[in-house]
Amino acid sequence: MSEQSHSYNSVKILDEDSPPRYLHCGEDFITHKFPAGTRVLYAKPPMKPVENVGAAIRHAINHPEGGAKPLYARLKPGMKVTIAIDDISVPLPPMKTPDVRQQILEILLEMLTDHGVEDVEMIIALALHRRMTEAEIKRMVGPDIFAEHYPDTLYNMDAEDEDEMVVLGKTDHGEHVQIVRRAAESDLLIYVNVNFVPMNGGFKSIGTGLSGYQGIQHHHNPETILKSDSYMDPDSSELYSSNERMGRFLNDKLEIFHIETALNNKMYDEQLDFLARPEDDWSGTDQLKFKSMKWTLENLPRAAKRALFHKVPAPYGIIGVHAGPTEAVHEKTLQKCWQQHAVKVKGQSDVVVYGIPFESPYNVNSIMNPLLVRVMALGYFFNMYRGKPLIKKGGTLIITHPCYDDFDADHHPSYIEFFNRVLPQTRCSKTIAETWEKEFANNPNYIEMFRRGNAYHGVHPFYMWYWAENGQHHVGRVIVVGAENEHVPKRLGWDRANSMDEALEMARDDHGPNPHITLMHHPPFVLADVE
Amino acid sequence: MERETKDRPTAAFYDVDGTLIKTNVVHAYAYYAVNTPELTKKLGKTASLLASLPLYWMADKFDRRLFNEAFYKNYAGYTEDRLVILGEEIFDNVIRPNIFEGALSLVERSRRQGHRQILVTGALDVITEPLAEFLGCDDYVANRLEMKDGVATGRLEEPTIAGPTKAKWVRQYAEEHGYDLDGSFAYADSGSDVPLLSVVGHPCAVNPDFEMKKTARAYSWPVLEFD
Repeated sequence: MSEQSHSYNSVKILDEDSPPRYLHCGEDFITHKFPAGTRVLYAKPPMKPVENVGAAIRHAINHPEGGAKPLYARLKPGMKVTIAIDDISVPLPPMKTPDVRQQILEILLEMLTDHGVEDVEMIIALALHRRMTEAEIKRMVGPDIFAEHYPDTLYNMDAEDEDEMVVLGKTDHGEHVQIVRRAAESDLLIYVNVNFVPMNGGFKSIGTGLSGYQGIQHHHNPETILKSDSYMDPDSSELYSSNERMGRFLNDKLEIFHIETALNNKMYDEQLDFLARPEDDWSGTDQLKFKSMKWTLENLPRAAKRALFHKVPAPYGIIGVHAGPTEAVHEKTLQKCWQQHAVKVKGQSDVVVYGIPFESPYNVNSIMNPLLVRVMALGYFFNMYRGKPLIKKGGTLIITHPCYDDFDADHHPSYIEFFNRVLPQTRCSKTIAETWEKEFANNPNYIEMFRRGNAYHGVHPFYMWYWAENGQHHVGRVIVVGAENEHVPKRLGWDRANSMDEALEMARDDHGPNPHITLMHHPPFVLADVE
Repeated sequence: MERETKDRPTAAFYDVDGTLIKTNVVHAYAYYAVNTPELTKKLGKTASLLASLPLYWMADKFDRRLFNEAFYKNYAGYTEDRLVILGEEIFDNVIRPNIFEGALSLVERSRRQGHRQILVTGALDVITEPLAEFLGCDDYVANRLEMKDGVATGRLEEPTIAGPTKAKWVRQYAEEHGYDLDGSFAYADSGSDVPLLSVVGHPCAVNPDFEMKKTARAYSWPVLEFD
């Protein structure tokens, strides 16, 4: 069901009279009139959110999936409970307050207190992501929980604290199952998850979210990524299979209660929601608003644009809350995710085009550096499919981004060294993994910045590089439009075009005069269900 | 492909004051001053130290060598054995409580990675030695007071370890011991130590002052904040 009065077809075939389409290009927009016959995929209208989120959460934890016992029936006075929470990487952009995590925690903490459970700790499941700042945590859990619990019983996990992490054993594939010790030693582990896309949640929440380098290295590597047909389709993802093995191992050892929430795709409020709709349907006012916004952005310094964008939260609505055993819960959540995000399309394209926005899961309140641009292009957006990739094998991918050589030295210090020291020597993931991964992962500087500052783990740029591995192997060529320099696209192994027309002309050299073109018009994100 | 450096040892070189510990040489001397047995001397030394602080601050900002030469005159007249005992006391009472927690973890991880641990400091050897021992360092270089008939003259023995001379010392040391500087690390807080960080392949600013921070940002050196 759609929340909006606007309804539209998510698949548009452009004709000669179709207006230009807009694309994100970092902190800017560009517009282009695509050739007749171009297929454009739009995100579906946002699904109607549940009206009483509190009631939905209570219902979920009192009526778990899979015939499991309700949460209250698992609680006993004096027991030790750990609540793990997803970090700031989901959703994107961060949601308007109150964040759904706050709403769940408020209910959980009240229930735990009512049942005499006093030994409760809340851990932000960072894995190898950066520590969240106090302000970010406060925003996520709300001022009351923050004031009462931070930092003693609400804190960022530290995957490099050897005393705080424990390896519980190995899966039948020899993968180390590493987890936060507090979670392992609790009588009950509750995982509070935010499902933004199908890749999130399920066994990956605990298998990755509460693990460290020793565990994660088993699935975040070039071989596993190459075997993952789509990260968004757990059935076809070796990445997910590895997490599943670890998750099942943990399920046998620990008492786990999973709470998953699915969000709709309402990224914009009423003033800007026209941005999610086909340009054909824009009113005169919408046109005017877009032109003035584009002009303003073009005339603002980049730092100001960036700060502005990062300050605008999304009014996401909750479309599902499910609780209980991991597998049964995730199945329900995935149904909601596909229902919201999947758009059926017939056939693959020779050329796929998409704009790269200002934000990825790894640069909230930070800079979209070149490695993150690549992972958005060939990792996340490439994988937004089920069935077959939207782009044909050997096809041309055209993206729009300035590709600025700009890094956040506090959040991404090891990315800088990776980009300037490793990439000039090779782009081969296997060689990169064998030659430098351990060195970066064990670099004491990066470990201390990760533990005490707000830096991503030293190994993180490697994961970003591997993450794009299957996209890189699948596409024949990547052409970037809007790049402000030559060296960044070149170092990433991409071609550069001065305009979209030039890029399409370059694609015609490979695919003939009339290539089949699809423009994926996200964000809001759209998943292509390719027949 | 990058040249493999596994055949040559690597090291981590640490400045001490402000980098591994919160205190500095002035605090250490203050301990000497207030622990002088005779009351009149104690008051005199303490007052003299307080009066000289602005001068030291200016000398430090202008030239670390100049600061050292001016500052270490305070030690004139101390006997060698007294200095050694006070060095240990200073370590126990002033230095050890002020070692950054992050520094302990950093040194430990670095050692486990197989890098030799070496302190490079403008502090006195009598204070540096117990610290190096405590941290499990492999070696150190520090300033030494010139002694005449077992009594400190207030001058430093050459070469004075400060600013650019730290970089020179590290280069010579690496050459003598066959260290691979490209694979080595260095840590410092002060702009006067930019040369020290410049000679290794993995420089890292720790609690940087303005000048060091500016340089670290310009060259994308990692920055660590310990507290």
